[in-house]
Amino acid sequence: MEHLEQFRQEVRDWLEENCPPSMRTPLVPEEEVWGGRNAEYVNPESKLWLERMGEKGWTAPNLPKEYGGGGLDRDQTKVLHQELFRIKARPALNSFGIWMLAPCIIEFGSEEQKREHLPKIIKGEIRWCQGYSEPGSGSDLASLSTKAEDMGDHYLVNGQKVWTSYADKADWIFALVRTGPKEPKHNGISFLLIDMATEGVSTKPITLISGKSPFCETFFDNVKAPKENLVGVENSGWTIAKKLLQHERNFISNFGLAGGGTGSGADVVNIAKKYLGEANGQIANPAQRENITLHKMKEHAFGLTLQRSGDEGAKASAASSMFKYYGTEHNKDRYELMIAAMGNKGLGWTNEGFSDDEQAITKAWLRTKANSIEGGTSEVQLNVISRRVLDLPN
Amino acid sequence: MKLILTEEQQFLKDTAQSFARDKTPVTHFRELRDSDNSQCWDDGVWQEMVELGWSGILVPEKFGGSEFGMAGISVIMQELGKTLTPSPILSTSVLGVSAINMLGSDDQKENYLPKIVAGELTTALAIDEGNHHDPFAIETTAILDGDHWVLNGKKVFVVDGSSADTILIVARTSGKSGESNGISVFVASKKTAGLDVSKISTADSRNYANLEMSDLKLEQNALLGEKDLAGETIEKILDLGRIAISAEMLGNTEEAFEVTINYLKERKQFGVQIGSFQALQHRAAKMFCEIELTKSAVIAAMHAADENSNELERLSSLAKFQAGETLHLVSNEAIQMHGGIGVTDEYDIGFYLKRARVAEQIFGTSEFHQARYADISGF
Repeated sequence: MEHLEQFRQEVRDWLEENCPPSMRTPLVPEEEVWGGRNAEYVNPESKLWLERMGEKGWTAPNLPKEYGGGGLDRDQTKVLHQELFRIKARPALNSFGIWMLAPCIIEFGSEEQKREHLPKIIKGEIRWCQGYSEPGSGSDLASLSTKAEDMGDHYLVNGQKVWTSYADKADWIFALVRTGPKEPKHNGISFLLIDMATEGVSTKPITLISGKSPFCETFFDNVKAPKENLVGVENSGWTIAKKLLQHERNFISNFGLAGGGTGSGADVVNIAKKYLGEANGQIANPAQRENITLHKMKEHAFGLTLQRSGDEGAKASAASSMFKYYGTEHNKDRYELMIAAMGNKGLGWTNEGFSDDEQAITKAWLRTKANSIEGGTSEVQLNVISRRVLDLPN
Repeated sequence: MKLILTEEQQFLKDTAQSFARDKTPVTHFRELRDSDNSQCWDDGVWQEMVELGWSGILVPEKFGGSEFGMAGISVIMQELGKTLTPSPILSTSVLGVSAINMLGSDDQKENYLPKIVAGELTTALAIDEGNHHDPFAIETTAILDGDHWVLNGKKVFVVDGSSADTILIVARTSGKSGESNGISVFVASKKTAGLDVSKISTADSRNYANLEMSDLKLEQNALLGEKDLAGETIEKILDLGRIAISAEMLGNTEEAFEVTINYLKERKQFGVQIGSFQALQHRAAKMFCEIELTKSAVIAAMHAADENSNELERLSSLAKFQAGETLHLVSNEAIQMHGGIGVTDEYDIGFYLKRARVAEQIFGTSEFHQARYADISGF
């Protein structure tokens, strides 16, 4: 305990010295940092903050020091997060590389891959995207057909991915490809890293019901990927894919609480009081007040469950399916309640007649519909709980 | 506040689990139900619980208790709930002990607590007067007449009321129904003249009573603590009761769910296990999620009680709400998923449904706690 308090003091001192003033102010969307070769920094202090945190390895505090991570244990990581939260520090780096890929490279990658990729991920030098879904392979991901043929020193990749977040901005993609076309579907998949700058890779943005989105289609047309970019063993990529999905689910399920990712951060109670009015300090419409209370109580219990899971020290596991399912369904519910409370003010599309905040909520409401589809649909999560937690038969 | 159990609490839970499995499996409840035992719990079983120290978990050490706290007694109740073990633990060791300890004078504590710890005395808290839980809707009056208190009024649905040796009666000494001011608590022996105790028969085959006080005369020292000022403390005592019964309901839920999942794996129709049907799998998975939420709400509430957190009221309402909603869902689904056998008396699963609805009523339904939570939160 004592050494932990000493560590806290060190963190505090370091942050005091190194976290630039503007990085302690509320984040504005255009100043979000994702790193990468082509990163543009509207605010130069975001760049400085990333460099300092990256140097320390604190963008990935729990990854090993030898690969550029922070090398912190569980308790120290918690302290670091608490201290960052205390000064309201902005995230130095948003990164699919850190959230999803790095844990898998640590577990399945070769020593060379760890040395090559992890430091660049942690410092935010290379921005990654995820190539999983295909037009014909959504929930049935393992039916994917993007093929990678063994050409001796390289794989020749042909096919198409879809729902690739930020593919148009990413430097590299981690992709699931079919290397064993004759094997049973789960046994013919490999996990391949591809440089997006390679000839034959192209991307095209997708517009959603909510408007512009980070999603893209990604095309591979005779793309040559060097053999050393295969992670793990050929045809055993499905194991890695599943592990990575757990990390992704954990990340997405947090949406349910913060309203983060696709949220406007607006609180449903405040919205209801503003648009429905108040009667004796209460949300004026009793039926909506009741619905909102139910929602808030479930949110409270769900938040306690995330906390309990952390306190129990549970690893990424089948429980992540529960969090993904519950968190995303809950987030959808929040936005339904919010636009219901706003009445006709919750249905604006442009600024003709609607404030920026109002439109943002309407767009977010539409965007949340994808929460229970992306990263494995709610139905797939319920299947996972049935089979792996409850051990119900196939 | 960490949402996990300490070693001590885990030990109590393990002990209670073995106790329930070995001494009071559901057959024990069935035998009691079918016997002519009118108190609906077994003296011998209660004495064994007393020997394990469970009667004194909330009692201060100087009166012979262990001070293992709400977390300690809640995990025991959770395990007892799994096998529907009837005992006066809620009415005596949670409600009786808390009321006497939080309201009583040193003399009163000295008089009652050691006896409760020793298993020589059981108690019941008589509060509700109407069809729905409403803690301050008290019309029972207590008037000081010379050197005696005189009580008049009626109480309903008093948990363990028909077996308790001593009854704690919540009465109005001033103000009017609905107000939290003007409420006082009195201790009365069951045998006092003017106190009529009539057992009522409920679907869960446990022990409840309606009381009638007709010029019930009590000594001055029957008043627990101070006149008029018990309202706030009563809320706290009820919150502890709500947390304890939420833990018991969590135990009911866990067992009903486990039995049902096992049935889904065994039962075959159309040549396959019915648990392979997605229509049942998804409902089971949703129940699993709600049970996980319930565990979290209950553990948070019991720790909040022990840490004297200012979130106690909200967390106690959250726990009773979530435990009630989940048990309601699971007790219904358990019957449906069992099919025909689920509605037979021969099979145990129906006991959980009957217990569920009664437990949902005790100290406030989910709707009651939803309204309370909204008010406390300022929605």
